Amino acid sequence: MSILVNKDTRVIVQGFTGSQATLHSEQAIEYGTNIVGGITPGKGGQTHLGRPVFDTMEEAVNTVQPNASLIFVPAPFCKDSILEAAESGIELIVCITEGVPTLDMLDVKKRVDELGLTLIGPNCPGLITPGEAKLGIMPASIHKPGSIGIISRSGTLTYEAVKQTTDLGFGQSSCVGIGGDPIPGSSFIDILRLFEKDEQTKAIVMVGEIGGTAEEEAAEFIKNNVTKPVISYIAGQTAPAGKRMGHAGAIIAGGKGTAADKISKLKECGVHIAENLVEIGTKVKEVL
Amino acid sequence: MNLHEYQGKALFAEYGLPVSTSKVIYEPEDAHKACRDIGGSKWVVKAQVHAGGRGKAGGVELVDSPDDAIAFARKWLGKRLVTYQTDADGQLVNSILIEECTDISEELYLSAVIDRDSQRVVFIGSSEGGVNIEEVAKNTPEKIIYEAIDPLCGAQGFQARKIAKVLKLNNQQTKQFTPMFKNLMKLFIEKDLSLLEINPLVITSGGLLHCLDAKINIDSNAIYRQPEIADMHDPSQEDPRESEAAKNDLSYVSLDGNIGCMVNGAGLAMGTMDTIKYFGGNPANFLDVGGTATQDRVSKAFKIILDDPEVKVVLVNIFGGIVRCDLIAEGVLAAIKEVGVEIPVVVRLEGNNADLGSEILSKANIKIESINNLGDAAKKAVELAQ
Repeated sequence: MSILVNKDTRVIVQGFTGSQATLHSEQAIEYGTNIVGGITPGKGGQTHLGRPVFDTMEEAVNTVQPNASLIFVPAPFCKDSILEAAESGIELIVCITEGVPTLDMLDVKKRVDELGLTLIGPNCPGLITPGEAKLGIMPASIHKPGSIGIISRSGTLTYEAVKQTTDLGFGQSSCVGIGGDPIPGSSFIDILRLFEKDEQTKAIVMVGEIGGTAEEEAAEFIKNNVTKPVISYIAGQTAPAGKRMGHAGAIIAGGKGTAADKISKLKECGVHIAENLVEIGTKVKEVL
Repeated sequence: MNLHEYQGKALFAEYGLPVSTSKVIYEPEDAHKACRDIGGSKWVVKAQVHAGGRGKAGGVELVDSPDDAIAFARKWLGKRLVTYQTDADGQLVNSILIEECTDISEELYLSAVIDRDSQRVVFIGSSEGGVNIEEVAKNTPEKIIYEAIDPLCGAQGFQARKIAKVLKLNNQQTKQFTPMFKNLMKLFIEKDLSLLEINPLVITSGGLLHCLDAKINIDSNAIYRQPEIADMHDPSQEDPRESEAAKNDLSYVSLDGNIGCMVNGAGLAMGTMDTIKYFGGNPANFLDVGGTATQDRVSKAFKIILDDPEVKVVLVNIFGGIVRCDLIAEGVLAAIKEVGVEIPVVVRLEGNNADLGSEILSKANIKIESINNLGDAAKKAVELAQ
């Protein structure tokens, strides 16, 4: 067991022939990920990395039956690519690209929700089920199959949490980088719900950071719905308050969003706090 | 990206919103002609900086002669305005907006922002405009309306009427407000805004709605498709090192400590700063070299960090996902050679090609502390900074 992806997941790569997509698809295939083909408009009919290339998702769906998509297309085209995957009924869409305009994501998120699909990202490292499938840009070598579910808003902080849980021998059931954009496809809560149901997952590490109120909402959800131990680290405890422009941001945040607010809310809801980045692993050990 | 008030008001005018007749000046001598062109006998002169709180800081005045407008411009042009929303150095004033004077009967508040929670553009309105709006939101939340706009349906008339009730507008003003509201939403979408604020939105003595201020923030991810907005960029409103970093796709924020940090990923960069503080040190900066760091960018990042005279030691913390640690190592060496680094450098490499990176560093004939454990690397940096 694991969440979202396993060795049977049939992955199609959008923007397949680009340099980043090529690099990471090669690594994913080497890891054992079942990549069934890719999409690059104008290059349909070619073969890339030994896999067929299609012009449209519709052709790909009819030919190789993918059920997950991994997107590497440049930011101006992400809205189009995510909607193409969504309208073709791809159940899991993972968008790695950073720099997607926020207003594009407002439209995309609404449509993906209406269709009941799962979108991870954009601006994220992707997700991995160690030993089975890697849909993303994380370094494979630090992962190890095991019992910890990891969720994070930040790419490199996810790796840090992964490394520490691997070094202590726990390993990971699945690791999901939800991305740091204002409008992420999936929230902490969406992924917490999956880890709670997953038998392989014994504890959950949630890595948050300052800004927004996603961690506070997750804390409330954990209190009421999660029975497994949750360990959390919040980055940005020492970040200075930024220069501000007007009042609207402050009004809508209602003074929330600082590391101290998040930590106190998480503690209040029974979450174990790793006070320091280098202590995530030891905190997991202490709790389990 | 932030816009100046005069740039925001130009956009308002383009979208049919009521703004005052005005002129922007860059030289004090031009104030006289600006006042004459605008006409009337009273003018509002406003220092243009990317920050709120200008009125309280003396950056806004009412003058009743063109000579006073010139005096105001002389006082502020080329100076820095410090408000409660800026840092201690303030923001450079390089333009002054001169406007016709508006007789105010009521001050209201209106803004729109992308709300992460509802994942919608949300309009915020209140009958209590002016400087204390955050207090109003905290103490009397019932005086504030939050109205979310559906991304596919867009702004509707009934929503304008709901907001108008909270703003306590009369029928005539509500009729004026409805197209204003729809045009503001159109502006928000068409120009890729992330924030729009009119504080105050006023009712004039003649009973009409009028936009007295304009704060506009553009989504930096969308600048590529907003060439006109890109031309409005004013680098003088940013820290010079931060602008230099942005030019090289680096994200840099200068801080007041003495340990220079170069990290990949914003989260890990914050985590590294936290770790330095945890072990008793003080970070000199936040610097994210990004996911696709090249040797050239690492070199540039090094130069920016070392440009800060307070920096006593540099801590490089790279967890390679996309970025290859061997390239980072070569970038560090190239930068040290090029810039002639005299201070100690602590490097922590992990992830993609980390072993190769550490090997490259250890073979080099330069004094670099290569430490694989983040806690130990941070401790070492703190020790060397003392």
